[in-house]
Amino acid sequence: MVTTNRLLKSFVTHALIILFGIVMIYPIVWLFFAAFKPSSEVLTSPMLLPTRFMPSNFVNGWKLVRPLQFGHFLMNSFILVSFCVVGSILISLFTGYGFARFGFSGKNVLFTVLFLTIMMPATTTMISKYVIFTKLGWLNTYLPFAVPAFLGVGVGGGFFIFLVCQFIKGIPRELDEAAKIDGCSSLGILLHLILPLSKSALFSVAIFAFLWNWDDFQNQLLYLSNIKTYTVPLALRSTIDVGGADNWGAIMAMSFVSMLPAIILFFSLQQYFVEGIASTGIKG
Amino acid sequence: MHTKVSLKKRKDREGFLYIVPWLVGVVCFQIGPILISLVLSFTKYSLFAPPTFIGIRNYVDMFRDELFSQSTKVTMKYVLLSVPCKILFALAVALIMNQKIKAVNFYRTIYYIPSIFGSSIAVSILWKRLFVKDGVVNILLARMGIEGPSWLGNPVWVVPILALMSVWQFGSSMVIFLAGLKQIPVSLYESASVDGAGKIRQFFAITLPGIMPLMTYNLMMQTINAFQVFATPYTIYDGTGGPLNAGLVYVSYLYRNGFQYFNIGYSSALSWMLLVMISVTALLIHFVDKSVNSLEG
Repeated sequence: MVTTNRLLKSFVTHALIILFGIVMIYPIVWLFFAAFKPSSEVLTSPMLLPTRFMPSNFVNGWKLVRPLQFGHFLMNSFILVSFCVVGSILISLFTGYGFARFGFSGKNVLFTVLFLTIMMPATTTMISKYVIFTKLGWLNTYLPFAVPAFLGVGVGGGFFIFLVCQFIKGIPRELDEAAKIDGCSSLGILLHLILPLSKSALFSVAIFAFLWNWDDFQNQLLYLSNIKTYTVPLALRSTIDVGGADNWGAIMAMSFVSMLPAIILFFSLQQYFVEGIASTGIKG
Repeated sequence: MHTKVSLKKRKDREGFLYIVPWLVGVVCFQIGPILISLVLSFTKYSLFAPPTFIGIRNYVDMFRDELFSQSTKVTMKYVLLSVPCKILFALAVALIMNQKIKAVNFYRTIYYIPSIFGSSIAVSILWKRLFVKDGVVNILLARMGIEGPSWLGNPVWVVPILALMSVWQFGSSMVIFLAGLKQIPVSLYESASVDGAGKIRQFFAITLPGIMPLMTYNLMMQTINAFQVFATPYTIYDGTGGPLNAGLVYVSYLYRNGFQYFNIGYSSALSWMLLVMISVTALLIHFVDKSVNSLEG
């Protein structure tokens, strides 16, 4: 009697969890299938499978933002994001090492500043940064994204430094001492000892830097107004403007394309997601 | 002895060099811009002519500006609705995921998936398609015999639908809670059950105090983010405020003043006002958390 009760309870729990999971995932799955549907069905059908399979949506979507092709915007996004990823990795490694291993004066104050930059609402500096970048002539270039990323104050900058710093603190100092006795300089210790050991933390940095910059619509909207410099989010948003009722299939197809990098990263590198978030607590 | 001290000093000075690039970044792109926007908030400035000093007029104007109060109201409503729902939801799911259930990793993955897309444009487009008057959600409701309202066209539903999207992406908060729950020693629960404490009692006596710091952290971060919601309402309503400006969030209004009207002075004042609102809320959370902790002693 007790075991049947327990079985029933476990069955109900699983059924609820699965049902709820289906509700959670349905919108995403619907979008993926919508990428292959005729436009009329995108607007009206809650069903997943298309009645008519339309791979031509991708061909049409590719040419939706005239006169350029979607591949151009993908390339732009990749270039912008690559700068941000490389910058974020370098700065978080160096700054994290500085905070984790040295006792310079004013360190506590600066560590508090680091925390404040994490909490600091980006909106406060939106206007003045725009003024600065305009005066510098950086509009319609990727400098407003790359330069702050390389200095640790781009999207997620403070988080990345904190994440890597905490990770380096976990590496035993005895290893540093041993390397020093062998004649390593502090830079040598960083490059030959700390860097190889911090790979997994830097990996988390790379993943989140990629995703957050890929989806960073707000800053891209501000600094990029020339269509030649448009990134995927900007191109995607402009498809809604040109999109008549018969373009929805193509718009869904390009939405699908824009989400692919996140999906591929998530499914191939899942453990870094969880570790990265759990170790520092990340926004989202 | 003397050489040892100076050696340490030299090493520390060397260590400082490692954080210099970041420090330059903080001064140039955080502290500098904050001060610049404070200064600009006391001026009338359009980018095309030099700024003129007008004292606190921008701040005075704000209180006579109906769209300022409207966008503040919309944003407050969004914060109050989305943040508590998201956190309670994340906590509830984390508690379930913390049980010994088969295939728990698989379920966790499924629940996390919506969160990987953040506030991307694709997700905003998706939300619009789902909740538009004769969209997917209403067709599903119609099959169950319910006539759905115009979710995005009726001012009553605008904020709840935007908040729903934020709640849907509860993954990060859930993972943070889960990490905290795993830290609570099982022995605490065991000795509590020996003492005859029920599940509910255990939750309030052991689980909740154990994850309180994470609760505060989640609350703080989600609140700061929610105040700055922009991409989704901006995409859904194509830069406008939606029906009766019910979807005019604060940052949309700030954006409009700055980059459509080129009222750089006024929008700088708006951005400082937002900083004040967020800081007050964050301090409030901090003090409530402190007093709750001292009550628990």
